[in-house]
Amino acid sequence: MEPLVRCNHLTKYYGRFPALNDVSFLINPGRIVGLLGPNGSGKTTLIKIMNSLVTPTSGEILIQGEKPDVRSKARISYLPDKLFFNEFMTVDELMAYYEDFYVDFDGDRAFELFKDLHIDTSSRIKSLSKGTQEKVQLIMIMSREAKLYILDEPIGGVDPAARDYILNTIISNYNPEASIILSTHLISDIERILDDCMFLKNGRLILYNSAEALRQERGMSIDEIFREVFRC
Amino acid sequence: MAWKLNSSKPIYLQLIGILKSQIVSGQYAPGEKLKSVRDLAAEAGVNPNTMQKALAGLEDEGLIYTNRTSGRYVTEDEDILQQIRSENAGGLILDFLKSMQNMGFTKDDIFQLLEHHMNTQIHSVSLNQEED
Repeated sequence: MEPLVRCNHLTKYYGRFPALNDVSFLINPGRIVGLLGPNGSGKTTLIKIMNSLVTPTSGEILIQGEKPDVRSKARISYLPDKLFFNEFMTVDELMAYYEDFYVDFDGDRAFELFKDLHIDTSSRIKSLSKGTQEKVQLIMIMSREAKLYILDEPIGGVDPAARDYILNTIISNYNPEASIILSTHLISDIERILDDCMFLKNGRLILYNSAEALRQERGMSIDEIFREVFRC
Repeated sequence: MAWKLNSSKPIYLQLIGILKSQIVSGQYAPGEKLKSVRDLAAEAGVNPNTMQKALAGLEDEGLIYTNRTSGRYVTEDEDILQQIRSENAGGLILDFLKSMQNMGFTKDDIFQLLEHHMNTQIHSVSLNQEED
């Protein structure tokens, strides 16, 4: 199988500080990968390089064999850790905007999800609560037929009941040929939907294995392993 | 609501256990069609690949079979169902005996207690089961 993401000796320095240090890995299609690590471990730098927002100092990352550039935005659906919509738009306007911008955007799917979560699509984004804004972002991102979904802290500001709904949305809406990379601190909430876990520590990839293999080997949950590996 | 799972043990083994008891307890009738992998995964709150692995395990044991075009079905083979029931019963009894022995009860004590409880509390036991 041709890997979807191939990362070769990726290194990024900010000044003298190595944010990523010789990171190499492969991600196959159809996987849900947890990108796990404490603050400042390099998660967001890695995500930004995949989205061509940051250029690496050395090494490379290839998505379907190509370096990230403007064109790869057509294949990658990216949820940043901050709100990026124009707050003066209504949700309806936002959907029309996405419909214009992304050929793979499925407006019907988005509309169904908004209905399920009782989000009034005629409301302005500015008028919605922070949690609801996050739900809107995630629905927009997951309503594309992308090859790779990159979700940076997708459930941080969302209440636990909606979290379950969102995780179900992620499970049931992604195409088995696509992969999802998901960074989070809320490991115990999401570990059941992960295929693989990547642990980043001080810019290095220190552990990359399937979640089930880790549980079997160590007799611990991913959350417990994280707490052990990153004990302060 | 997601199924009750313990994240510190492999999830697919737990899914196999839960699906088995759903089948032998009659929640799925013999010959009944199972939901799709994706629906089952969403119901359990787990990754579809993990659910797929659990279903493959059940298929290896002959508890379900795949019809290439129309999906997965529960076996109609009563022997296999009965065998799984005996295995489950064996497991429960073994756990019970271990706990009793840990508390220091002898074989005779256990027999006596069982007999006593089965005679006097049979009524409340069946009530409890109904509540479950």
